[in-house]
Amino acid sequence: MTSSIALKPNADAQYVLRLADTCLVWSHRLAEWCGHAPVLEEDIALANHALDLLGQARALLTRAGQLEGQGQDRQYSEDQLAYLRDERDFVNVTLAELPNGTNGRGDFAFTVLRNFVLSSWALLMWQHLAPSRDAELAAIAGKAVKEARYHREHAADWVIRLGDGTEESALRMQAALDRLWPYTNELFDSDEVDRAAAASGLGPDGASLREAWLADMQTVLSEARLPLPPKSAYRSEARCGRHSEHMGRLLAEMQVLQRSHPGGRW
Amino acid sequence: MSALERAAPRVDAAWRVLADVLDPEVPALSVVDLGIVRGIDALDSGALEVVLTPTYSGCPATEVIEANIVAALQGAGLGPVQVRTQRAPAWTTDWISAEGRRKLRDYGIAPPGAVAEAVPIRLLRRAAVPCPRCGSAATERLSGFGATACKALYRCTACREPFEYFKPI
Repeated sequence: MTSSIALKPNADAQYVLRLADTCLVWSHRLAEWCGHAPVLEEDIALANHALDLLGQARALLTRAGQLEGQGQDRQYSEDQLAYLRDERDFVNVTLAELPNGTNGRGDFAFTVLRNFVLSSWALLMWQHLAPSRDAELAAIAGKAVKEARYHREHAADWVIRLGDGTEESALRMQAALDRLWPYTNELFDSDEVDRAAAASGLGPDGASLREAWLADMQTVLSEARLPLPPKSAYRSEARCGRHSEHMGRLLAEMQVLQRSHPGGRW
Repeated sequence: MSALERAAPRVDAAWRVLADVLDPEVPALSVVDLGIVRGIDALDSGALEVVLTPTYSGCPATEVIEANIVAALQGAGLGPVQVRTQRAPAWTTDWISAEGRRKLRDYGIAPPGAVAEAVPIRLLRRAAVPCPRCGSAATERLSGFGATACKALYRCTACREPFEYFKPI
């Protein structure tokens, strides 16, 4: 087994790494649908969405590696960061790592709702990152914002279609919404990393995006006839390295090849 | 004769070579038609530098395109060649040439409409996408995503043929 790498991320690197890991882990979950989606068109759509996210993650991981390596005698590549970090060093939001369903079965309602919640947030994030003082981050955001508009639109269409669909589809959507809603708090948490990014012009403090995001949720969920769940006091903390029990299995699958065949190429 | 004037024939020749390097995922279009070649420069080092802008963040053809460009230019005796990726400004379908749009239509792919950043995609979708086969505006969208990142799936309700639409982005 290749030994893990240890990071010493400064605030800038940690900020970019959180975004990178969210894109990477979310992409991994969407890719699990490949070959299993309810209809062929949706199989293709979810794989396309996963691919866009993976491309965004690659660019962000590369930038995070450059920022983390500043003033050090080594610089980690996108592959090293994806495949050789331990769970505690991943800093994605918890919502991205939750399984697509329960008991090993994919839940399409949960999948489209998570896509809507995260795409709406990502779209706002990219819009606010476009003027970043970091030219590379701004350039990545300039591309990603165009992709995120399609992701959000596609997910919103499904939320409306299934929420305002049959009695059965509405029940499943409401159950999925109630399950994922407590995890949305984490998207808008704010700590010293976020505050430093906002103060220095690197990117927005997540907390500042909540109002616009909530307005988007209310518009689409009301059209979908899905009542907004009550505000939850629950706090998930994967973006600080404290993950759900699902992350270990996800990483085992994502990292197994590079861990067992170090440096393997194909 | 300045260095710039001496380099000009080599750069012109390179543009002509790239006009025949096809996009592996949409082989109706060259990389020049697609608008991803942002510049070609003869560097002081003697290398020819091609500046490329990626279409989509996750486009799996990016690396193949780079390799094909280097191979084509070296094969034409214009090397050494190096490729530089430039992310900003982000690529847009507005950069697909008029010639490229004609080639897309002939190939059976509806060319992209204009990109209107401020208009929600929901509204854009109502704008009719004419069928590339029969020209009818009576078409409907089947899915916002297609066989490659850059396309959506449509169906013509007049001639009943399915077709792909190059999404404006």
